[in-house]
Amino acid sequence: MHELSVVASLFEILEEKAREQGAKKIVLVKLRVGKLSGFVSEFLESTFDVYKKETIAEGALLQIEEIPLKVQCQTCKQETTREDYLFICPKCLSRQLKILEGTELVLEKIELELE
Amino acid sequence: MEKKEILVLEDILSSNKKIASEIRKKLEEAGILSINLLSSPGAGKTTLLERIAEGLEPRFRMAVVEGDIETERDTERMRAKGIPAWQITTGGACHLEAKMIAKVFSRIPQDSDFLFIENVGNLVCPASYDLGENLRCVLLSTPEGDDKPKKYPKAFATSDCLIITKSDLIPFLPFNLEKAKEEALEINPQLRIFVTSPLKGTGMKEVIEFFISSLQKLHKKNA
Repeated sequence: MHELSVVASLFEILEEKAREQGAKKIVLVKLRVGKLSGFVSEFLESTFDVYKKETIAEGALLQIEEIPLKVQCQTCKQETTREDYLFICPKCLSRQLKILEGTELVLEKIELELE
Repeated sequence: MEKKEILVLEDILSSNKKIASEIRKKLEEAGILSINLLSSPGAGKTTLLERIAEGLEPRFRMAVVEGDIETERDTERMRAKGIPAWQITTGGACHLEAKMIAKVFSRIPQDSDFLFIENVGNLVCPASYDLGENLRCVLLSTPEGDDKPKKYPKAFATSDCLIITKSDLIPFLPFNLEKAKEEALEINPQLRIFVTSPLKGTGMKEVIEFFISSLQKLHKKNA
């Protein structure tokens, strides 16, 4: 449900970038969506498809790269990618873990058609 | 037709984060500690706030911002306790965003000690939105089950404290308190956990002391 509000924010950025570049159309939008971002790729895609109508990104393709949760142990420095959310280092069992990746929701790049 | 690729690398939630940071800064400067309460509908956020209000009186002043999809019922309950409270009815939206807090900001009494933000009852969406809080507290009521931390990891992973509510019902429920605590700590080892029954008033002293000591830390930082 909250995907709608985030897609609205995404379009604010898209429109600003297109204006800056004097672009006529946006043809590709690429996002990086962390597994622990709280956003679901399928919902972002369907919301994007509804929202893009009659905008500068009407014909744009949305590409989403899902970013797994990557953590680093603050005790032994071991880096691990986690499918679950167990914040325990598999090597030394420390619970002092720092999240390196996997919470982001980032507009990575766009492809434009210029005038 | 000329095509051009642009590397943007922009956080899509950056506008929310920016507003949230401004709110946090202004509140901190005014010496107000802000607390964002997250939970499922019916976990007992409003009852918890009623007990907190009683525990803080008369030494501390608090204000409340209530988020709900519809109705002003929660705000009326706070006002009945003499607490300044404002309702944000989201009209269907599942979470509060920083810009909604910014809109009611000027009405928050500047001599408050605490600002409690009662988020829309939902364990999913509110977890992604910083509202400018100093502390995020997630509530888990015992009838919801002890498996919720793993099912809704983001809410537990991003919180500073977990307040387990309706502890008086544990004898009647298949709720394993130790399992709930253990699972929550696996997701977030830094989580402070409180076991309470706001309805009966048990466990509230520890929660209130935690908020007061967090306020004192903020004042120390300001000094």
